[in-house]
Amino acid sequence: MACSATAKIIHNPLVFSSSRSAEKYESCCKISGRSSLGSKFLGKKLLSAKSAISPASRRSGAVVAVSSDIVKEKKVKSGSSAASNLLITKEEGLVLYEDMYLGRAFEDMCAQMYYRGKMFGFVHLYNGQEAVSTGFIKLLKQEDCVVSTYRDHVHSLSKGVPARQVMSELFGKTTGCCRGQGGSMHMFSKEHNVLGGFAFIGEGIPVATGAAFTSKYKREVLKEDCDEVTLAFFGDGTCNNGQFFECLNMAALWKLPIVFVVENNLWAIGMSHLRSTSDPQIWKKGPAFGMPGVHVDGMDVLKVREVAQEAIGRARRGEGPTLVECETYRFRGHSLADPDELRDPAEKARYATRDPITALKKYLFENNLANEAELKAVDKKIDEIIEDSVEFADASPVPARNQLLENVFADPRGFGIGPDGKYRCEDPKFTEGTAQV
Amino acid sequence: MAASFGVSSAAAANAVKSPALSPPSLPVIRSEARPISCRVNKSRKAGKITTKAVAAQAENPASAASKPGHEVLLFEALREGLEEEMERDPRVCIFGEDVGHYGGSYKVSKGLADKYGDLRVLDTPIAENSFIGMAVGAAMTGLRPVVEGMNMGFLLLAFNQISDNCGMLHYTSGGQFTIPTVIRGPGGVGRQLGAEHSQRLESYFQSIPGIQMVACSTPYNAKGLMKAAIRSENPVVLFEHVLLYNLKERIPDEEYVVSLEEAEMVRPGEHVTILTYSRMRYHVMQAAKTLVNKGYDPEVIDIRSLKPFDLYTIGNSIKKTHKVLIVEECMRTGGIGASLTAAINENFNDYLDAPIVCLSSQDVPTPYAGTLEEVTVVQPGQIVTAVEQLCR
Repeated sequence: MACSATAKIIHNPLVFSSSRSAEKYESCCKISGRSSLGSKFLGKKLLSAKSAISPASRRSGAVVAVSSDIVKEKKVKSGSSAASNLLITKEEGLVLYEDMYLGRAFEDMCAQMYYRGKMFGFVHLYNGQEAVSTGFIKLLKQEDCVVSTYRDHVHSLSKGVPARQVMSELFGKTTGCCRGQGGSMHMFSKEHNVLGGFAFIGEGIPVATGAAFTSKYKREVLKEDCDEVTLAFFGDGTCNNGQFFECLNMAALWKLPIVFVVENNLWAIGMSHLRSTSDPQIWKKGPAFGMPGVHVDGMDVLKVREVAQEAIGRARRGEGPTLVECETYRFRGHSLADPDELRDPAEKARYATRDPITALKKYLFENNLANEAELKAVDKKIDEIIEDSVEFADASPVPARNQLLENVFADPRGFGIGPDGKYRCEDPKFTEGTAQV
Repeated sequence: MAASFGVSSAAAANAVKSPALSPPSLPVIRSEARPISCRVNKSRKAGKITTKAVAAQAENPASAASKPGHEVLLFEALREGLEEEMERDPRVCIFGEDVGHYGGSYKVSKGLADKYGDLRVLDTPIAENSFIGMAVGAAMTGLRPVVEGMNMGFLLLAFNQISDNCGMLHYTSGGQFTIPTVIRGPGGVGRQLGAEHSQRLESYFQSIPGIQMVACSTPYNAKGLMKAAIRSENPVVLFEHVLLYNLKERIPDEEYVVSLEEAEMVRPGEHVTILTYSRMRYHVMQAAKTLVNKGYDPEVIDIRSLKPFDLYTIGNSIKKTHKVLIVEECMRTGGIGASLTAAINENFNDYLDAPIVCLSSQDVPTPYAGTLEEVTVVQPGQIVTAVEQLCR
């Protein structure tokens, strides 16, 4: 498809490359009728897209939600009486707000700490994408699993990993969730079932598929009462990777309880999604493998939550996987080392107006679910948690040398038998970390 | 689908949720045992360490078994091992291409899908990187998958998952998750299978931290290693050889495992230490017959554990003979022999009367033509010549 001259002019990631696809779009588009955050888009505007389509046309309309034919028609509430059909209760609203604010404040603190030399290496921040993490993960139980990529701090926090443990891990201290051995890109928590944290994109998707397989195995082979689901989070760049497609196939084939959540923020470092993908509508790849594909506005936590509820429900009921494409945006560069020169400031500004936290705040105020004071109290509480996590991380010890050789093997006999006949792990130097293994 | 395994769902639930609870260990056939204490692992679980043998004797099946045992072919021994472990622990499952209905390309899992069902013996699509990653995810959440690479060469496609996730994930997660997978399959040079089906992946995998590699060579050690590998909490790669599946041997009726880290004394001797593994063991034994007729007394050790090396057994032998010949099927460059040479030089330099001789395959892609293929791998004649030169 024709691309604009520079990668800077991006209006709507959903570009219709031909009138044929526009027709298909119209027939399979299901627009959520109830009012949602910032949604001014009516069916008329979207349907009118059909007549104006040309190969190079760009459209600045955002899409509320698009689903493929496989998803059954959901209940449609009439838009006009939206005011009486609130999507969340006050408690839920506060939970969502708190979680998103925690994610944002934590990431901002990470940036500060990085530039002060407290953490090093590659640190990828999640600012702007909080609605996806909060919208999905707050619906999960503790036993459900989450698999992420290198942009994993906020997924871990949403899942329940204490901020202290994440911050310590980033500082490389022993009190970190991975004893300082993993770092920013490898957040793991057995207690909260965060299965990583992976540096290579696509690497975590098979792991998530395996966790979903275990859930099915427990139910069908071990005859346990198990309805655990797994969420796999990954980006737009990953959707061109073989492991993605291989796992879509296997998950659909065996109806695994997994939801594939695409955080499409349009950019893979400096590679625009449109420049690297033959068909940029990622949600369409779901039906190709026999699962529903859903596109949702990832800057709107309530819309994400609604789609997530359906997708997670499907998985729990044993109906199989779903592919959810969340249109979202990262407000910062790819990582703290990225100068972020390629993205158009106008694009960034436009997405900044769709800040998910601001939008939720507005919704809470407009629907009298919370007032300024309550939200300020939440902000304060979170700020204190973040401050505490930094203090804790600062005060924590760095790993001593003797930690070096631990955890390489679950069974340290794997280091073998030394010339003296003893297992190397029995060598006192092993515990000191100075043994030659 | 699957039959009940006599494990209550509560126990199974506990077992799956806390894989640290290891089932009771069974008699390990050893010649001598002394207890070791190993408290170095500070991760969440307390390891249960079984006794280690200070073994110099061959693990002779006949001396250990009270009954005569039964005859099996090597692939049947592997299957016995698999089946016993699946019977014992309902979390053990098999993934791989054609492992279920087809019974495995070398029939190692024949009949298991009928017995345990299609989910426990999972026929995967052709997606090595992904189904090995799936095995990692399953292992992290409580299962114990045994993954078959239809040919070990195909595992090159899974290098990402084997290196990053199998090998390193236990460490990067700070010890929180264990990956008790077994990756197994046929490798090595066969009969004119062509270059890509004749690869020796042990040389590529040996640097990956966090995995163990073992190579079986007889029905006895095949079954024992399979069982030990499945029970191990570490990820283990079990290398089988395409040409050894039909070897026949009498193995004990009673249950046994062999140690993953120990080498096997095949033939004690005095003049020279010959270190080998997998198929080359048979070329060495063939050469040994000739050598014995010529008056030599070679000591043949099947190293079995490719990573880590059993430096005790190897060292004791070198201290006795002072000469080392390594016979392997890997390429000259960067193979197991190369690593072994380095390890021996580092640790036993004082005991050597001569430089180590390492006979490896030629650094060429294995040709299809039979005559050429024959000369890419080490032949018994070369072994005889090498010993004669060493012992001059």
